[in-house]
Amino acid sequence: MTTADADPRQATPLTAPHMLEYEYTRSVGPVIGRFFGALQERRVVGVRTAGGRGLVPPQEYDPESGEPVGDFVDVASAGVVTTWAWVHAPRPKHPLQRPFAWALVQLDGADTAMLHAVDAGDESRMSTGMRVRIRWSAETHGDIHDIACFEPEDAR
Amino acid sequence: MRDVAVVSFAQAPSVRADQLRNEVEILMPVVAEALGRSGISKHEIGFTCSGSSDYLAGQPFSFVMALDAVGAWPPMAESHVEMDGAWALYEAWARLQHGDIDSALVYAFGKSSMGDIAELLTLQLDPYSVVPLWPDAVSVAALQARAMLDGGHHSERDMAAVAARSRRDAASNPNAQVRTPLDEAAALAEPCIVSPLREHDCPPVSDGAAAIVLAAGERARQACARPAWIRGIDHRIEPASLGARDLATSQSAALAARHAGALGGAFDVAEIHAPFTHQELILRDALGLGDRATAMNPSGGALVANPVMVAGLIRIGEAAQRIIDGRARRALAHATSGPCLQQNLVCVLEAD
Repeated sequence: MTTADADPRQATPLTAPHMLEYEYTRSVGPVIGRFFGALQERRVVGVRTAGGRGLVPPQEYDPESGEPVGDFVDVASAGVVTTWAWVHAPRPKHPLQRPFAWALVQLDGADTAMLHAVDAGDESRMSTGMRVRIRWSAETHGDIHDIACFEPEDAR
Repeated sequence: MRDVAVVSFAQAPSVRADQLRNEVEILMPVVAEALGRSGISKHEIGFTCSGSSDYLAGQPFSFVMALDAVGAWPPMAESHVEMDGAWALYEAWARLQHGDIDSALVYAFGKSSMGDIAELLTLQLDPYSVVPLWPDAVSVAALQARAMLDGGHHSERDMAAVAARSRRDAASNPNAQVRTPLDEAAALAEPCIVSPLREHDCPPVSDGAAAIVLAAGERARQACARPAWIRGIDHRIEPASLGARDLATSQSAALAARHAGALGGAFDVAEIHAPFTHQELILRDALGLGDRATAMNPSGGALVANPVMVAGLIRIGEAAQRIIDGRARRALAHATSGPCLQQNLVCVLEAD
């Protein structure tokens, strides 16, 4: 023991790291996990409710009845815009950093619509009812960013 | 059902950013004013319930600290909802139905100025397939506005008219925050923020607080010469997924209105919680207010003062105050929560 350690005024304070975080990971589960797994393979799957409604993205329970959902169904990677909003000045966190549209897209074979961005270039190219298709990301990781965005189906 | 009434209401003036006071300091005079008007002391209050969001304060259990505005000693019966204060009022109303207590204090507070509220509200969306894309609150509302416009029953001009009327009414509301008159034609010529929404279609960022005292039966009559009796109250919710419901209508508001008994008879006044102009048009249809001779949002509504977690409770307070003052006999109050009017509460208030 050194003299410095013996004198409390000279002692080195004890320190410990403190990081504010949630120390757990969470599985997305068997239904949403299947959706993201398919996205990684550049496919889209939904689920069929007991009433026959195709939910895309899938949910574990039917929002109408609360019943567990049934079989997985493959749906197309193209569909119809059911509503949209044009972003003139994207925020830093937005998926595209040039003017773009948010849209709810009902993929062919689905009865619900999913929210994503449409890279249409100009607001005048957007309309409700227009057809769009998925533009896949160059690399896929099993999350929603595997869909880079949608693009008008008539785009080259 | 036991007769329960709003017997007093108080609110802090809504401001863009109250940088000098924390939530407790904003709340204290508001709680004191509501209790003072009712003549019911805090020691007599049988139940206290608050509404607020930890996400606004940026720390967990922030509502516990807010209890300092009441003074939780001696020990008291207290509850909290992570929702607009209108839902805290619903819980207090249900608690009063138990019959063993005669009064309740409800309060709500929110300082939206401390963060980026448009991005903070993104966090209430689906955490797996939507939040990672960061659609902000204005973008999400714009999707609903487009769906409504596509329906063909309402126009951007109708939306601007809602904004202009709200600004006119704000001029005589000392608690309102946005009080500059709006020239509809000039406003419609302005560029959109997120099409089809322009600045006048969107709510301000607000800090604020409000408090209401409820009392049952005879205790209400002692506390208030003209209590605003809650004749019906109900709330309903729709699927969380924006693409799984019809955004152009509000089924949950219509259902809540039916269960609250709001679809029959005339209302002298309606205070509707519609932070965006198009939402008032959707709600007017859902609540059956389109053709009725009702004063719509005479306070100016959430378009001129939108303290998040408080604006819904203020609607009930403003509607009740008009009954207490004798300016109205029957009033409808509405509160909403969640993206695109996901959840709606309807309350019917009447004088004796």
